[in-house]
Amino acid sequence: MSGLDVTAISLRLGDVWVLREVTIAVGSGEIVALLGPSGAGKTSLLRVIAGLIEPDAGSVTWDGHDLRGEPAHRRRMGMVFQDALLFPHRDVAGNIGYGLEIGGERRSAIAARIEELLELVGLSGFQHRDVATLSGGQAGRVALARALAPHPRLLLLDEPFVALDRDLRDRLGAEVRELLKRLGVPALHVTHDPHEAALVADRAITLAPSGDGSSIVAT
Amino acid sequence: MGSGDVALSPAPSSSPTVPTSSTERVSPTAQVIRGDDRLLVRPPSAWWFGTVPMMFLALFFVWPLLNVLVRGFSADGRSALTSMTTWHVVAFTLEQAVLSTTLTVVIGLPASYALYRLHFRGRRWLLALITVPFVLPTVVVGAAFRGVLPPSWLGTLGAIVLAHIFFNLAVVVRLVGSHWAQVDERYAQAARTLGAAPYDVWRTITWPLLRSAVLAATSLVFLFTFTSFGVVLILGGPTSSTLEVEIYRRAVSLFDLPGAAALCLLQIVAVLVVLVASGRTQRIRGVRHRIRRSATVVPRSGAERILVGATVILGVLVALPLLALLVSSLRVGDRWGLDWWCAVSVSGPTSRDVSAWESISTSLTYAVPAVVVSVGIGGLAACAVAYTRRGHELLDSALMLPLGTSAVTLGLGLLITSARGPVDLRGSWLIVPIGQALVAMPLVLRTVLPVLRALDPRLRDAAALLGAPPWVAWRTVDLPILSRALGVSAGLAVSVSLGEFGATSFLARAGSPTMPIHIAHLLERPGESNVGQAAALSIILLVLTASAAAVAERLSWNREATT
Repeated sequence: MSGLDVTAISLRLGDVWVLREVTIAVGSGEIVALLGPSGAGKTSLLRVIAGLIEPDAGSVTWDGHDLRGEPAHRRRMGMVFQDALLFPHRDVAGNIGYGLEIGGERRSAIAARIEELLELVGLSGFQHRDVATLSGGQAGRVALARALAPHPRLLLLDEPFVALDRDLRDRLGAEVRELLKRLGVPALHVTHDPHEAALVADRAITLAPSGDGSSIVAT
Repeated sequence: MGSGDVALSPAPSSSPTVPTSSTERVSPTAQVIRGDDRLLVRPPSAWWFGTVPMMFLALFFVWPLLNVLVRGFSADGRSALTSMTTWHVVAFTLEQAVLSTTLTVVIGLPASYALYRLHFRGRRWLLALITVPFVLPTVVVGAAFRGVLPPSWLGTLGAIVLAHIFFNLAVVVRLVGSHWAQVDERYAQAARTLGAAPYDVWRTITWPLLRSAVLAATSLVFLFTFTSFGVVLILGGPTSSTLEVEIYRRAVSLFDLPGAAALCLLQIVAVLVVLVASGRTQRIRGVRHRIRRSATVVPRSGAERILVGATVILGVLVALPLLALLVSSLRVGDRWGLDWWCAVSVSGPTSRDVSAWESISTSLTYAVPAVVVSVGIGGLAACAVAYTRRGHELLDSALMLPLGTSAVTLGLGLLITSARGPVDLRGSWLIVPIGQALVAMPLVLRTVLPVLRALDPRLRDAAALLGAPPWVAWRTVDLPILSRALGVSAGLAVSVSLGEFGATSFLARAGSPTMPIHIAHLLERPGESNVGQAAALSIILLVLTASAAAVAERLSWNREATT
């Protein structure tokens, strides 16, 4: 099958089963919201998909190709972290261009791509701003641009708007959806807010808290 | 930031730090995940970083120390342990250390209240002035006190104790003061509304919150005064010799290496006892309390005004030895002149075989490899400690051992083994910077490690997801974030290398003394010209070490401002 397939993933941290036989799929170009209360294992599932932590059981495949053993830096999955997690020692352009520099792109191509992305997220001219001076909303946009820059095959969004107020969250949610659809990038969007899920995603999956085993309810 | 985490330099870690937001916001899951074996994105293996520091320490610390121990346990060494003179020296060492520490703390506590809680004109200047002595090389402190004390005081307990108070006041004031500044004054106000008198407030509120800082400062000052070498060598006399000076006298003047090694044994045991005891007291670590930088208040009560006055007088007293240094560098007979300054700046033989000018260039030449080695090895060691997944506390303490070992012991060990170690350094000048690097390395570790520990590991996750393999992530995330701390530690290492006296006095070759060694030589010889030149050279050394330390402090301030 094309796109992401997560099959029967189980993950135990210490004595707690954080994920138990979780199965989800994200088709190409599709935006899926992953709902669930805090502690349901949403972030952990993203980390398994991104290759940041090894699950106890189950498989993650892309276009039918098993990703086991594929290190995070070769999976081409972009991630937007909860608190943006911008590199504090680099300015806005340095953050967005990071993945392109690592990929060995030419300086001029990187500059052009940074400008294009900044325009996409509505922050034109922000290249040389110190990331410490950005507002929460601006930092979130830069984090989104940074994740999109190296053309990821899947975007993982880990509650990117959780620190923002309602109005801004609604506006950004709509913007992100429009942007992803325009670029055709499939995404898995973690949130605990059904309203936000409805705003951003094509469909939503609920991850129940895992005390007695996770159950999946698709809507 | 752990309140028990004591930095020897007054600047970096004693200043209050507001908890940064990035570590606070990590979700509970992320914290469980940290340290898990299945984490796939990790910094490069600690072995890459730890191997070179381990080899360096094995060669230049463990092996020399073992040699010292073996000689100390030999028959000649044991006989030194049973002689009465040895125990007189031990008694005097303890006596001066206890006296110096007690007086430093008794004077330092009220001064730290005045300097960190009260508001008065010139407060910052006074704080800076009282901090200056701590960055002075010990030899300069000795030279300065020579200039200010009446000749009859030289060689007495009083002279040593006064110089130790002058030297260590900054430790108490900066360490205790920076904690005092963070004690929320509303705790005291709440106690007052509950009927507590000022003394009750001190006993039930302030002291419990300050206790860990006071104990940390006390054990640090005790350690410094117990192992003090340069000050005692220059101000002490035949009857006022400490263990460190006696080790030096036996090894260098009497060539009694087993006897010197036996005294090193005593010294090591004593230092271990102090370290263990202070480790115990650190565990009584105070109460966790809300940190809040309280504003300084204008002194209102009579007692507070008297305290401010006394602190100003203390500042004048601290300035006196420094002024005396300046005066004796400019006083020629009964007139003023630049004769000694000219004598110092002339290249070519003057008083003895070497000129002061040559000692300056020797010191600066040694500083380069000393800084490169200490920052390189210390930086690598910090990465190794931060990246090991198990046993990092053990590794951390192992790397701090050279700090617990006195500089004189390090010097003696290197002297004994330079001729017969696995690496033949006999006659090589590199042995001097290696000794200085050993002294500076733990300071580098203490400066760099907290920055690495505060680094959010998820930044490496972010780098990996953007395509960076582990080493690239290290080079583009860890290293640039570390660079400022490495700069700070390089400044400290320059300062240590230029002023280092304990280890250097064993290792410097007769023909090429460093500045502190040359100053000590000049002071040994009578005559106004020698004293004047020693003073002028001391001022040059002071300016060099203080500016290196000031650059380091400025860098660390910027760091706090930007994070």
